[in-house]
Amino acid sequence: MNFVIPSFAPAIPEITLLILASLILVADTFWSKRFQNATYYATQASLLVAGYLVLSSFSVEQVFTFNDSFVRDSFADVLKLFTVAITLGIFLFAREYLVQHRFMSGEFFVLGLFGVLGMFVMISANNFITMYLGLEIMSLAMYAMIALRKYDGVAVEAGMKYFVLGALATGMLLYGFSMIYGATGTITFPEMKAVIASGEADGIVLAFGVVFVVIGLAFKMGAVPFHMWMPDVYHGSPTAVTLYLGTAPKLAGFAMVYRLLYEAMPGLVGDWQQLIIIISILSMVIGSIVAIAQDNLKRMLAYSGIGHVGFLLLGVIAATDDGFSAAMFFIIVYAITGVAGFGMITALSRTGFEFDRVADFKGLNAKNPWLALMMLIVMFSMAGIPPFVGFWAKIVVIEEVVKAGFTWIAVIAVITAVISAFYYLRVVKSMYFDKSEIQGPVEIISPALHWGVSFVAILLLALGLLPGSLIDLCYLSI
Amino acid sequence: MIALSDYLLFGAVLFMISMAGIFLNRKNVIVLLMSIELLLLAVNTNLVAFSHYLNDVTGQIFVFFILTVAAAEAAIGLAIIVLVFRNRKSINVDDLDSLKG
Repeated sequence: MNFVIPSFAPAIPEITLLILASLILVADTFWSKRFQNATYYATQASLLVAGYLVLSSFSVEQVFTFNDSFVRDSFADVLKLFTVAITLGIFLFAREYLVQHRFMSGEFFVLGLFGVLGMFVMISANNFITMYLGLEIMSLAMYAMIALRKYDGVAVEAGMKYFVLGALATGMLLYGFSMIYGATGTITFPEMKAVIASGEADGIVLAFGVVFVVIGLAFKMGAVPFHMWMPDVYHGSPTAVTLYLGTAPKLAGFAMVYRLLYEAMPGLVGDWQQLIIIISILSMVIGSIVAIAQDNLKRMLAYSGIGHVGFLLLGVIAATDDGFSAAMFFIIVYAITGVAGFGMITALSRTGFEFDRVADFKGLNAKNPWLALMMLIVMFSMAGIPPFVGFWAKIVVIEEVVKAGFTWIAVIAVITAVISAFYYLRVVKSMYFDKSEIQGPVEIISPALHWGVSFVAILLLALGLLPGSLIDLCYLSI
Repeated sequence: MIALSDYLLFGAVLFMISMAGIFLNRKNVIVLLMSIELLLLAVNTNLVAFSHYLNDVTGQIFVFFILTVAAAEAAIGLAIIVLVFRNRKSINVDDLDSLKG
C-alpha cells in the first residue's frame, strides 16, 4: 500500500476559492449586523483572487492530477476566466437589486461563490466522480439561491420545481454514468476514450448509457424536450437569481457537454450525434415560436435561452475541434449577452416593482433615450443582427455545422433565427413607438449600475466590431 | 448464483418505479423526494453490481459519493418543502401551479 501525495498546483484556484468561500460563510454571521456590504466586497475580492490565480497559471499544456480525476488545460482556464468575469458582473448587478427588494443577505453572495466553485470543478473534471461533485456543488447552491426570498411564494415554488427536475436530471445522468462504467470498466475520460476506441466495450450497454447521459445533459442545459422547467424557474426566481442562473452555469454546462461527449466518448459519435440533432432542432423551433406568446420579459428570455441552446448544439453536432471551439465562442457570447439582458431588468427594478414585463418597456425612449439605446443593442445582439457580437456567434456555429455536411440543419437554424428576431424587435418597437404606462421617470438609481449596464451593452458592440481575438482565443484553446 | 443481468434488471425496475413516482404522483411533494432517492438507489445498485463483476473498486467508491451528496440534496429539498408549506399551507403537487404561460 503506497500513497503518493498528489500535485495540488493545478487545482490551486479551486482550493483557494473553497477556503475563501468557507471563511466568508462563517465571517458573514458576524459581519452582517454591523457592515452590510462586507460580504459583498469579500466575495468580489475572492473572485478576483481566483481569477488572478487562473490567469497566473495559464499555459497551453494539459496537466492531470489527483489520480487523473482533475485536469487543467487551456480550455478550462479560458472558461474559468470568463466564469469569474461574468460572476463579477452578476454580483455587481445583484447587490442593488437585493437592497431595493429588501432581502440583502450575505448568503446570496456566499452561495454564488460556492456555485462558482462547482462550475470550476465541472470545467476541470476528468472523471465521472469529479463531474458529478462539481455539478452538485453548483446545483445545490442554485436551489438554495432561488428559494432565498423565503416569503415569496412564487420564488419558493420555482425553487421546488427546479429542485425536483434538477435532481431528476442528475439521476438520469448518473444512470447513464453507471451504464458506461459497466461497459468500459473505467470512469476516467481518457481511459474511457481508449477502451471505446479499442472496441472491447459492449456496444448496446454503451448506447444505452449514452442516451441517458444526453438526456441528463439536455435537462441541465434546458434543451427541448426537457426544457419545461426553464420558463417557470426564470420567471419565478428573483431577477438577481435569474441573472445568475441564466448566464454563468451555461459555461459550465457547455464544459460538461465537451468533456463527456467529446473527450470521453468521441468513439460513440454515431450514437449521440443523432440525438443532439433532434434536440437541437426542437430547441431552436420551440425556443423561437413559443417566445412570441410571452408577455413577461424574463419568460421570453428563458425561451430565447432555449433557442440559444439549440444553436450551441449546432457546434456540438459538427463533432470536431473547430465545432466545439465555435460552440465555446457562442456560449461565452451568450453568457455576456445574458448578463446585459437580465442585468438591464435587474437594474431597472425598484422596491415593489420588478420591471419584468414587456409592457414596462413601452415608451422607454421618450423617458430615457440612453437606456433604450442600450436595450436596443442587447436585443439586436440576441437576434443576431450585425454589427453586434450575437451575429458572429450565430455565424460561426452555422459555418461549422455546414462544414460538417449538415446544410439542412443550417437552413432550419437560419429560419428560426429570423422568426426569433420578431420577438426581440417587438421589445424594440414598444420602446420606441409605444406610449409609456409608467408614471414618473424611468432610470437606474445607482450610478454604478448605470455604467455597468452601459459597459456590458457597449462591450457587445465592441466585440461585434472586433470579434477576431475572442474567436481566435476559443479556436486556440481546444 | 445471481447473474449481472438480474441486478441490472432490478436497477431498471427501481428506476422505472421512481420515474412513475415522479410523473404520476399528483398528491404529495414528499413522495417526489422519496422517488428521487429511489432513483439514486437504482444507480447505486447498478454501480455496485458492475463493480463486483468487473472486480474493480471504483464503482463502490462512486456509491459513497452518491450517498453523501444525496443526503445533502435531501436536506435542501426538505428545507424548500418547509418553505412551500409556510407559503401555501399545503404540500400538494397540484397546488404548485402559480407559474404558467
